[in-house]
Amino acid sequence: MKTIILRTASNYLLPILLLFSIFILLRGHYLPGGGFVGGLIASIAFVLHAFANGLKDTKKLLKFHPGFLMPVGLSLAFLSGLLPVIFFDQAFMTGLWMQDPIPVIGSIGTALFFDVGVYIVVLGVTLTIIFTISESA
Amino acid sequence: MMQQLLLYPLLWQLLMSIVLMFAWRHINVQRVMSITGSVIGLILSGMLFYKVLVYGTQTIQAGGWEAPFGITFVADTLSATLVLLTSIAGLAVSSFSSASIIPARLKFGYFAIFHFLLLGLIGAFLTGDIFNLYVWFEIIIISSFVLITLGGEKAQIEGAVKYFTLNFLASIIFLTAIAVLYGLAGSLNMADLAVLIPKIENRGLVEVTAILFLVGFGIKSAVFPLYFWLPASYHTPPSAVAAIFGGLLTKVGVYALIRVFTLLFVDDVFIDEVFIVIATLTLFSGAIGALVQKNMRKVFSYLIICHIGFMIAGLGMFTELAIAGAIFYLIHDIVVKTNLFMISGLIYRIKGSNNIKSLGGLYKEYPKLSLLMTIPFFSLIGIPPLSGFWPKISLIIASFNTQNYVVLGAVIFASLLTLIVMAKLWSEVFWKNPVDLPKRDHFLYFDKMTTTRKLQMLLPIVFLTGVSLYIGFGAESVQQLSTRIAGELMNKQQYIDAVMPKS
Repeated sequence: MKTIILRTASNYLLPILLLFSIFILLRGHYLPGGGFVGGLIASIAFVLHAFANGLKDTKKLLKFHPGFLMPVGLSLAFLSGLLPVIFFDQAFMTGLWMQDPIPVIGSIGTALFFDVGVYIVVLGVTLTIIFTISESA
Repeated sequence: MMQQLLLYPLLWQLLMSIVLMFAWRHINVQRVMSITGSVIGLILSGMLFYKVLVYGTQTIQAGGWEAPFGITFVADTLSATLVLLTSIAGLAVSSFSSASIIPARLKFGYFAIFHFLLLGLIGAFLTGDIFNLYVWFEIIIISSFVLITLGGEKAQIEGAVKYFTLNFLASIIFLTAIAVLYGLAGSLNMADLAVLIPKIENRGLVEVTAILFLVGFGIKSAVFPLYFWLPASYHTPPSAVAAIFGGLLTKVGVYALIRVFTLLFVDDVFIDEVFIVIATLTLFSGAIGALVQKNMRKVFSYLIICHIGFMIAGLGMFTELAIAGAIFYLIHDIVVKTNLFMISGLIYRIKGSNNIKSLGGLYKEYPKLSLLMTIPFFSLIGIPPLSGFWPKISLIIASFNTQNYVVLGAVIFASLLTLIVMAKLWSEVFWKNPVDLPKRDHFLYFDKMTTTRKLQMLLPIVFLTGVSLYIGFGAESVQQLSTRIAGELMNKQQYIDAVMPKS
């Protein structure tokens, strides 16, 4: 798979795919998209990079084990659900929203942080699975 | 903050699992955190139990979405009791596994997955939404599948495949049943369904749905003739894992059966008769299966199946006394079965084997330990005044009252065979002259452990034995609790009113 075309292309595709995954993540509240699909697309970016440049380079690029992303994402999602319980004594997972929408991103609420948590977990899980399989193969 | 107490046992387990994941490679940190975390989880569950006992059924609408649209969490006395028992068994197994499971296995996130399993169990007990129940069942399956394969021995994988295939089939059937039910009633909230289902005109289809639920939960709770996965898989994982499986996993199926068939599908004579037949056959086949097994853990596996029959029989007779008996048996069974598997794990660590034929002389070498082990053994058989005796009395009286003499016979027969099985086990493992077992290399023997590790293995057994003794000697309060639960289950209106106060 180590062709020069793919290798050159993957260097440009990696940031573009990551950007696209974030777009999908933000789009997801009302339209198709969201944390799960976004996380998958982000992991595709890294997998493509690994195909073109080999697993070692991708791991160097990431700098840490992707499995570490799982608890990080889980805690983000968990805290976003816990926020209304701690501060407002409302039921777990109640959506809290900021008054004014922010340009480009839109309204920000706990649902967004939950989705970001999902995004990170999916990225971590997918990369861990794929890296483990391709290491042992 | 205390308004949300209902969810705290649940959220605490999730938090534990996340925090433990951060400490992935540090086993000693994980050991300490898991045990202290389980203690806090037990305190939280105790607080919830107390609150439900004093103030009655508690509900929370997750996300603030009103029932029947949002997901409701309900803690009535049954749920709160089971959450408390889950936390008790969780604490015991957490401590036991930190000593008995070899570090090579603990390294692969054992504790994080273990708390994830407890999260699934507590969620299944607390949810008031039938689809959400399915999701919790999935969480239970996934984490139990990881726990059962952790270590990757050949026998384990073989057991895991059987376990996973049949449980997955059960999930599919359960999901189909939910889909049909949703098509018929148009709701997923269990309290709402309890109102809607009696109004459905197509009674034939309702009956079919009920059968689908029965089959799905039947596989999970390992009743006759759907139990074959259980003895094929429960002897393969480490005994700490088998302890939490044996104590709680089948009981979730029983809980789901009790919940669904007291709340959603009631007054169905046909289903009740099916339950009676299933219970009788489960009692017979489980007891006879236990009689012929040579591996200690397989004996206990068959005894699990056998004793599920008691609870199903209580549900089938469907009088307040019978259900109270079933609930009492459930409470007793969770504690005793968890303890039995831990004892088998302890014997395995002492002798290096679980085969009855090659064990022996345990009473001579460890007299005090053996005497401690007799208490759960006797509780299991139901020797008065220990815990197994009282629910059987309720079941026997109930079967007299409802003139189910077949059930009566099966209950007595299963108790007798349990006695024979345990007597055989006792004479083989404890009284027989010691057999010379070849010493295994690289094996973590009990004698070679440090004192802390020894205590970590012994204290949970002492703890659960204490709980067993309390259930036996404090039977009056447990009987009152079971009667109260049975009363709540028979009067489903209070459950509906608790979830949907306005209607």
